[in-house]
Amino acid sequence: MEPILEINRLEVKFPIHIGTVRAVEDVSLSLQPGEVMGLVGESGCGKSTLGFSILRLLRPPGRISGGEIRYHGEDIVQMGTAQLLGLRGKRIAMIFQDPLTSLNPLFRIGDQFIESIATHEPGIKKRAALARAADMLQRLGISAERLSEYPHQMSGGMRQRIMIGMALVLNPDLLIADEPTTALDVIVEAQFLDLLNELRDQFNLTILLISHNLGIVAQMADRISVMYGGRLMECGTAGAVFADPLHPYTQGLLASIPNIKLDQTELATMPGAPPDLVSPPPGCVFNPRCPRVMAICRDQRPSLMGSADHLAACWLYG
Amino acid sequence: MDELIKVNHLKKHFPVDKSLWAQLFSRNQRVVRAVDDVSFFIRKGEVLGLAGESGCGKTTTGRLVLRLLAPTAGDVLYRGVSIFSQRREAMRRMREKLQIIFQDPFASLSPRMRVGDSIAHPLVVHRSCSKGEIRDWTTTIMEKVGLSPAAYLYNKYPHQLSGGQRQRVVIARALISRPDFVVADEPIAMADVSVSAMILELMVRLKEEFDLTYLFITHDLATCKYICDRIAIMYLGKILEIGPLQEVFKQPVHPYTNALLAAVPVPDPKFRRSDPIPKGEIPSAVSPPSGCRFHPRCIQAEPACARQMPPLKEVRPGHWAACPPMQRRGG
Repeated sequence: MEPILEINRLEVKFPIHIGTVRAVEDVSLSLQPGEVMGLVGESGCGKSTLGFSILRLLRPPGRISGGEIRYHGEDIVQMGTAQLLGLRGKRIAMIFQDPLTSLNPLFRIGDQFIESIATHEPGIKKRAALARAADMLQRLGISAERLSEYPHQMSGGMRQRIMIGMALVLNPDLLIADEPTTALDVIVEAQFLDLLNELRDQFNLTILLISHNLGIVAQMADRISVMYGGRLMECGTAGAVFADPLHPYTQGLLASIPNIKLDQTELATMPGAPPDLVSPPPGCVFNPRCPRVMAICRDQRPSLMGSADHLAACWLYG
Repeated sequence: MDELIKVNHLKKHFPVDKSLWAQLFSRNQRVVRAVDDVSFFIRKGEVLGLAGESGCGKTTTGRLVLRLLAPTAGDVLYRGVSIFSQRREAMRRMREKLQIIFQDPFASLSPRMRVGDSIAHPLVVHRSCSKGEIRDWTTTIMEKVGLSPAAYLYNKYPHQLSGGQRQRVVIARALISRPDFVVADEPIAMADVSVSAMILELMVRLKEEFDLTYLFITHDLATCKYICDRIAIMYLGKILEIGPLQEVFKQPVHPYTNALLAAVPVPDPKFRRSDPIPKGEIPSAVSPPSGCRFHPRCIQAEPACARQMPPLKEVRPGHWAACPPMQRRGG
């Protein structure tokens, strides 16, 4: 099957006063129609930067300095502004971590829906746009009366549902969800994930789920990509990555997450800190912290190796 | 003496309308019942987890226990002595023994102070010791929390440190006056997975080394397992269940505890949630539901639940829950 999104050797740089931050380097991944790809990693690993790059929403001085992002075969990196505007929101939607800062506090929910619909379908009647918004809200379990309310009148969970409603009202086929539940409490988070699973089927969505929370990713994703220091460390089906993590970083990460269902009383720890991306270590970016480091790791960077449904960028498998 | 901290019927109501006019003349002052009649104890050397969703009153409880806030009613005893009846000077001396670790290591450190000076500050305030002694003890504590080499890191400013290092600074500052009780208010909520595992491990190690007692406030039940001996579950200002951690996790009595446990995401793709998740969200603490605070969302609710807030009852030795229907059904 033709992938919806195919990222090839993407490179993102942020030139700043002390040097150039290599936020994303040599990252390739693809999303098949209808799948949920979990993109995980710790703060600063480049996962959000990657998400923003797909919609070309990087804030200056960040820029894509190499590689391609093919959406249905077309390279987003080469697109002009007009083409990009037609893509953003309409074909590829994005939801963010904090629904309070993503909604405009001065406008009613209904007006914010109308604005996003009218931007992509100029000439649409206000009433028609509102009807579509009301229909959308109903599918999210929110009463249509809420359209005349302001964001502050709603709870956090409801605001996040409104956000996803606005993202889906234009029928995009790709949804980028950047830490969508980080601001939510655990029960509301579970409700939201259940909803996202229902919507995924209803709308036949392909989702790139960016999260630091491996619990959420385990429950949602079909495949998982692990990032560290701007590089892709491992990529595989969720079952394979969790049951048999290949990369020592993934192994360390999985061992250090609390699991309420296990009887263990101690967590493993990973000494050290993530690399400075202005001057990353030579070779594998993880080598200074790696418990299984070898001579080759210190001077040659590994590329992804392994079988198609489970790859790792590690010399242990080279 | 077994109980280091004892909390008796603690209440904290914040006025919603703060204007003088409203406070003087309004007949029905609207208040947020942030903490509404909470009682518990913490034994010496024990870690009590205080868990709940945002707005349940867990942080307010933590601040009341340290007298960082004045209560509306109720009392907190430290070694059998009421902390709210202490005069200024006595309270100052007591504060050496009662410390706090805050959630946000960015906000709780002065950006203009070298981290070593931040750590040493409690000693400057509380003790009359020489500069040399202060410096020695500060570097010792820094090494103990893993800020090494201490002599080098002493002169750094917070922005020069990583998030994990900053949280270690906050921990070192809490421990420098040799406290015996520490409130840890979401100490790892801002940290990454690998960092939080290290901070948890550090807190467990320091507890043994310094003979500490913790009140561990968190929204994340999964982390409680690695540090807490007992756990209290809060909802809208009330404790709904409290007991030994293993028992509460394995055999929760209150439907809310059950819901919270069921909602925790499990890092295992094969896992499928079997317990239902309650609908809706936490109601406002300004006008909480009558009776049991959780009854409008509770799948086990009975008509009686709407009438009166049930008291905590001992279901098993040391395990208390405020849910008569579940108790009748044998928990």
